[in-house]
Amino acid sequence: MITSNNLLAKIGIYSFLIIGVLLSIAPFYWMFVGSTLQSGEIFHLPPKLLPGTNLAENFQSLSESIGITKVFFNSMFIALTYTVVSTLISAMAGYAFAKFRFKGGNGLFFIILCSLMIPSQVTLIPLFEMMVSFNWLNTYQAIILPGLAAPFAIFLMKQNMKAVPDSIIEASRVEGAGEFRIFFSIILPMTRPALAAVAIFQFMGQWNSLLWPLITLNSKEMFTLPVALSSLIGMARIDYGQVMLGTTLATIPIIIFFLLLQKHFISGILGGSVKE
Amino acid sequence: MGKVEIKTNAPINYQLKTRKKWLTPKRAPYVFIAPAIILMLIFTVYPVLSSFILSFQEVRGIEKTFVGFSNYTRLFQDPVFYKSLLNTFQLLIIQVPIMVSLALLIAVGLHSSMVKGRTLFRIAFFMPAITALIAASIVFMILLDEHFGLVNYFLSLFGIEGIKWLTSPFWAKASVILVMTWRWTGYNMVIFLAGLQNIPSDLYEAASIDGAGKVKQFFWITIPQLKPVFIFTVVMSTIGTLQLFDEPFILTAGGPNNATTTITLYLYETGFKYFEFGYASAIAYVLVLITAIISWIQMKLVGDDDK
Repeated sequence: MITSNNLLAKIGIYSFLIIGVLLSIAPFYWMFVGSTLQSGEIFHLPPKLLPGTNLAENFQSLSESIGITKVFFNSMFIALTYTVVSTLISAMAGYAFAKFRFKGGNGLFFIILCSLMIPSQVTLIPLFEMMVSFNWLNTYQAIILPGLAAPFAIFLMKQNMKAVPDSIIEASRVEGAGEFRIFFSIILPMTRPALAAVAIFQFMGQWNSLLWPLITLNSKEMFTLPVALSSLIGMARIDYGQVMLGTTLATIPIIIFFLLLQKHFISGILGGSVKE
Repeated sequence: MGKVEIKTNAPINYQLKTRKKWLTPKRAPYVFIAPAIILMLIFTVYPVLSSFILSFQEVRGIEKTFVGFSNYTRLFQDPVFYKSLLNTFQLLIIQVPIMVSLALLIAVGLHSSMVKGRTLFRIAFFMPAITALIAASIVFMILLDEHFGLVNYFLSLFGIEGIKWLTSPFWAKASVILVMTWRWTGYNMVIFLAGLQNIPSDLYEAASIDGAGKVKQFFWITIPQLKPVFIFTVVMSTIGTLQLFDEPFILTAGGPNNATTTITLYLYETGFKYFEFGYASAIAYVLVLITAIISWIQMKLVGDDDK
């Protein structure tokens, strides 16, 4: 009896999990297929489950409507620059907070913790006014700069920097290494997994971000992928083949990063909640 | 910055002449935090304060006049604002429990010793959490089309016809909940899974020696042990839902008849469609207040846990 009960439980758990997986994955598959279909075919019932032949045409019309190559470049350039600089800044700050005792340190860290709780929406209007007065609307820096010092990333780096033994830093100082040298050639290599986790997190956040770019970008030339996609949806006649290819292109880079670095993705998320 | 780097790039110099370094260990932390702090002062602290002042002003073009509390009193008489508050809380109260319990169930299933291929399952469940909210919203917008959408097609195979997913107030909310649940369940599941892995296994061994069955163990060991993880996921999801924007913006544009207008969507429209900066700042500060209250409750809950 016990074994048959076990078998039932096993079947139960597996079918629950597999249905869950199918529901999670199916929209992706359908989106990929949709990017190769004509607008009308996407709404064909029963649905077309195999790729069609319209991929090149969809790309062509996506180039004409939103200039997909430039848009893709904008998104990639912004996300990569943002990721590199913000990861470096948060690593430096995290290092200072974790490994130095200095006047005002606790107070500053407390301010950073507080800003973790403030919804970013509250900064939108003053930031927009600021961008107008700097004449920065429709520029890369308008998208990149405001979020560069990310409290969550600083917090995460501080937690990880704590694990670096003080003795290593002390020994390097005795040997005459300067503070920057210690940071760049000893601390950074030691905390590579944390850096990867933060970098992924920052990249994903910037790549997927819609609201702030939507506010600051209004010339097609400068659109990021999410803004360009939302402009496609706003058109009077929506070409869904195009839209599906656009969403596919917005998704593929992240999927590739995720599949290559999935351990770091997950540790980045866990860094904020439970300590492993 | 530039000058500092030139000095440190010449380490040999240091070793030959034991010259005094400019960047002493005493000064170093200030240099290391400087970029973050300067950026935060300009792009976070200043806007947060400025927004507070704006919420007491009326902005016409470049002219700003102080109007006291009138933005706030106007808020309390604004039916659309009430609607957006109500919508946000309705979405929150329904979506968060559904998602959190689903995430917990999946995590428990994956954690069970019977399941093989945990990593693969975890990857698959996590996939939705990496997609852009806007991409997810667009795909679901097409899937949920009333006449030609796949979802209604599948439902019609079971005799359920023509649900107005995006055009009836009730179903529009359900659609937003559906997309949010699809996007975030795996994310929370991963957090629960890590929490489960942190529960010492001797607790379970002791319980089964005492004759407690699986269900009893779940309620007497798993749930209490996961309390901090629960609080974390619920609070994060709550704060996230308070800031909900992308999904209703794409799926329904807040419609039909404001049934899916959220606080942030209303803030966006007030600020950037009607350019009422003062009024929009007041909305933002109500959001800050609500978030602060929820964070405070969280701290209370976690604090009790330590006793």
